[in-house]
Amino acid sequence: MSSFQHRQSAHCESGVMASLLTHAGLPMSEPMAFGLASGLAFAYLPIVKLSGMPLIAYRMPPKHLIKTLSKRLGAKLHTQTFGKPEQGRLALDAALDSGRLAGLQSSVFWLPYFPPEMRFHFNAHNLLAYGREGNDYLISDPVFEAPVRCASEDLQKARFAKGALAAKGLMYWLDDVPLEQDWNQLVRQSVLSTTRILDGMPLPWIGIRGIQHLANKVEQLDPTQVKYNRLYLTHIVRMQEEIGTGGAGFRFMYASFLQEAGEKLGDATLQEASMQLTAIGDNWRQFASACVRASRSKTEAPNFAPIAQQLRGIALQERALMKELGAWAKRKR
Amino acid sequence: MKLDEVPQDHSSTYGGHSKLVYAVDAQGHYQGSQSDGWEPEAYATQLAVQELEDLAAEANAGWQRGELSPLKFLMYRYRLDEPALAQITGLWQWRIRRHFRPAVYRTLSAAILGRYADAFGLPLADLTQYQNNKDRA
Repeated sequence: MSSFQHRQSAHCESGVMASLLTHAGLPMSEPMAFGLASGLAFAYLPIVKLSGMPLIAYRMPPKHLIKTLSKRLGAKLHTQTFGKPEQGRLALDAALDSGRLAGLQSSVFWLPYFPPEMRFHFNAHNLLAYGREGNDYLISDPVFEAPVRCASEDLQKARFAKGALAAKGLMYWLDDVPLEQDWNQLVRQSVLSTTRILDGMPLPWIGIRGIQHLANKVEQLDPTQVKYNRLYLTHIVRMQEEIGTGGAGFRFMYASFLQEAGEKLGDATLQEASMQLTAIGDNWRQFASACVRASRSKTEAPNFAPIAQQLRGIALQERALMKELGAWAKRKR
Repeated sequence: MKLDEVPQDHSSTYGGHSKLVYAVDAQGHYQGSQSDGWEPEAYATQLAVQELEDLAAEANAGWQRGELSPLKFLMYRYRLDEPALAQITGLWQWRIRRHFRPAVYRTLSAAILGRYADAFGLPLADLTQYQNNKDRA
């Protein structure tokens, strides 16, 4: 597959989808893929624990982008998981030998080309295999600057790692990507869906209410539990920044989508919304800095109220923006 | 975030790599831009790694003193905790905690040890060897 072009992305799943679609002849930027799949979200899930901490997500769960985007674009998505690792290897080899790009879900921990400090047990990392040479697979890992290589045994281990979100060797590819799209319809549909996810769920942990819930949790931290507070606050920061979010928990990426969509449709409302979301993203980054400052502070009683207040401000800004975008999406063209 | 605000803090946690972030240029136009680290993020990552290393060191000391089996040390060393290890091995958490006792660990079958070996990516022989001698191989 010599014609394949690696592109660095901020996030693995949107990057893989953008590459798959572009390769199939439908040029697609990463923010566009993210936005059209309505990837933006917020969720505070106390039941799902990551090393004893609640899961805080700034986007929709893994595989949402892949499924939603293929459906909306009318492309045929093939997915395959395997009971036996050996079958998974043979199927991948067959796909690559027939000149196909294969999207793979894998565990970050078992991929040797990741820097050691980034290797945590996260099983839902997406990457593209585009060929093989000897015992090595040629991998386009979206979050890396350049294509990488991975030995067969290591990739096997990564694809068939067990535990939460286990990939079971998941392999996927796209067929029959329609090259003509009704962009107006697509953008409106996906924006409307995002406004409903962020501000329309009757659950206290999802969307704007989830952000407010997190604000309450931060405010309620017990100042005497210095070690726990430190781990809790930095955990929020890691969820927001570390796991390929393009900065500010995907807010900048979605703002980039709004801008691109606004240009495509010649619509000033989206451009305006993009600017607002950029400002909100900057606030998220300030919030992250404040969290780290509070965990660093050596003083006995750090004050968590201002940090919680910052979060509540962000929640209100996002709510106002979602109202505007919702009204726009429902308006008659 | 403007292009000139994209952090370049040379964080060691990036392992010399750069990641892509989205930022606006002077005209307010979005584009991708590489960042080689952000200090607050690096602090958060290092703290998480440090926490696991501390737990591993503590468990290792317990093993050397003969109070613990090597399992607890290996668990933290491979960045796992009890719930995660339970999910990977398919064993109950209380069984795993029981296996932390050296006397119980010495009686474990190869089948059970094999599950742990698989979770840690270690050869089974390493884990069986730890059954015989207390010291680290």
